[in-house]
Amino acid sequence: MSAAIHPSLGQVAATLALVVIAALISAWQRADLERDIGIATIRSFIQLTAIGFVIKLILDENRLVFVVALIAAMVLFGAFTARRRARRVPNAFWPLLVALAVAGISTLALVVALGVFKAQARYLVPVGGMVIGNAMTAAAVALNRLGDDVAGAAPEIEATLALGATTGQAMRPIIRRSLRSGMIPLIDSTKTTGLIFFPGTMVGMLLAGAAPIDAVRLQLILLYVLLGSVSLAALTAVLLAHRSFFTPAHQLRELPHPAV
Amino acid sequence: MLFALEHVSCARAGRSVLADVSVDLADGTTALVGPSGAGKSTLLRLLNRLADADAGVVRYRGRDVRDYDVLALRREVALVPQLPALLPTTVEENVGYGPALCGHGADVAAALELAGLDRAFAPRRAQQLSVGEQQRVMLARALALGPRVLLLDEPTAALDAQARDAVERTLLSLRARLSAALIIVTHDMAQAGRLADRLVILEHGRVREPGEALTA
Ligand SMILES: Nc1ncnc2c1ncn2[C@@H]1O[C@H](COP(=O)(O)OP(=O)(O)O)[C@@H](O)[C@H]1O
Ligand SMILES: [Mg+2]
Repeated sequence: MSAAIHPSLGQVAATLALVVIAALISAWQRADLERDIGIATIRSFIQLTAIGFVIKLILDENRLVFVVALIAAMVLFGAFTARRRARRVPNAFWPLLVALAVAGISTLALVVALGVFKAQARYLVPVGGMVIGNAMTAAAVALNRLGDDVAGAAPEIEATLALGATTGQAMRPIIRRSLRSGMIPLIDSTKTTGLIFFPGTMVGMLLAGAAPIDAVRLQLILLYVLLGSVSLAALTAVLLAHRSFFTPAHQLRELPHPAV
Repeated sequence: MLFALEHVSCARAGRSVLADVSVDLADGTTALVGPSGAGKSTLLRLLNRLADADAGVVRYRGRDVRDYDVLALRREVALVPQLPALLPTTVEENVGYGPALCGHGADVAAALELAGLDRAFAPRRAQQLSVGEQQRVMLARALALGPRVLLLDEPTAALDAQARDAVERTLLSLRARLSAALIIVTHDMAQAGRLADRLVILEHGRVREPGEALTA
């Protein structure tokens, strides 16, 4: 790899100009997002700086227990964050926690077993972070859809239950749709990658001066890894969460939030 | 006794809907009558355990409904909801769906015929039919289970007068041809009289005793 780039804090500060554009657009069109843009900007700065120090520490130490601890923390925070987006799903935290853990652990174990990456902190930390981040988004989208669909299709679900269907049978079409919602964004962006957008890893490597062919191959590895992990996360979350809408006697529970 | 409710109370969304209801529903054809919001649908859902009472006991043929296998109970006590809710597929697949769940085939033509639909409907997309036709597919879907009890929630509420008369004729012919008991929910007292042997009147979540004066 050739000369790394070293952005200064001043350069980071200069890009705030684009954040100001976002805030101005929001204010002008009354999108009411200025506060969120501000929070997002401040949080991203603090969180990324903090995680940068943590990663530096972990890379310097290069001990697997630290890697495991960091990934566990990411799974935990990921589950908390995703839960807020899946408000209509009762007790969504546990399915999300398991989904992110399953996606993270199995993907990392597989890429190490296949010899794609070595079991070292400098590989596992960034790949784990990316896997869990994408898994979180997919699981949250899938559960969000699940909650909306159960609320919207309650009469159809109950009509099916009334014919002697089990919870699983009555939920099959909704599970399918939720899974698709969770998986489609990544599949679509994988389809168009390189045509209408450059994925982050490739951009990062090119900026850092890597050879394009290396950047491309690493990006492909990561995209394929993500396809698998995102699917696992969405599937696990939906399969674990859908039962919380039902009693053990295959009865649809009254929904805690009225349909909006 | 077909069904016996003993001191049944039931709340929905935190509000009491059925309050200490005790009533017997005999074999044959019973109409459950009452104004909108009286709790008729809520009561009907207790009979096939789409929901459970918060207090009290619901008995089917003398046994607590909770002692039956719930899936078997729902096939034996089939409920047709007030609004059609069909699967996005053909009429035939909708009618065959219930029996297929437990690995049985269905006599789709016979079920359609009982529900008053020509068998030419079988290959059509269920969700593209009129509401009245969809309602009949819902009925055929329940009949395909070969139920011993048929629970019908406002079978004509969504229909115009002409379609209503046709559905009433279908229900009367079902009464004559099937050995299944019918429990028909309606807010229309005249319709109850036309269709049923017996009336049970529900008001404000309570069963009115025979002879009790109508409250405003
Ligand atoms: N899914 C529900 N969630 C909350 N409240 C409900 C629900 N279904 C019915 N209710 C309420 O329960 C009461 C009785 O409803 P229902 O049994 O449907 O009456 P009926 O069938 O006699 O018109 C009504 O006040 C209604 O608003
Ligand atoms: Mg009703």
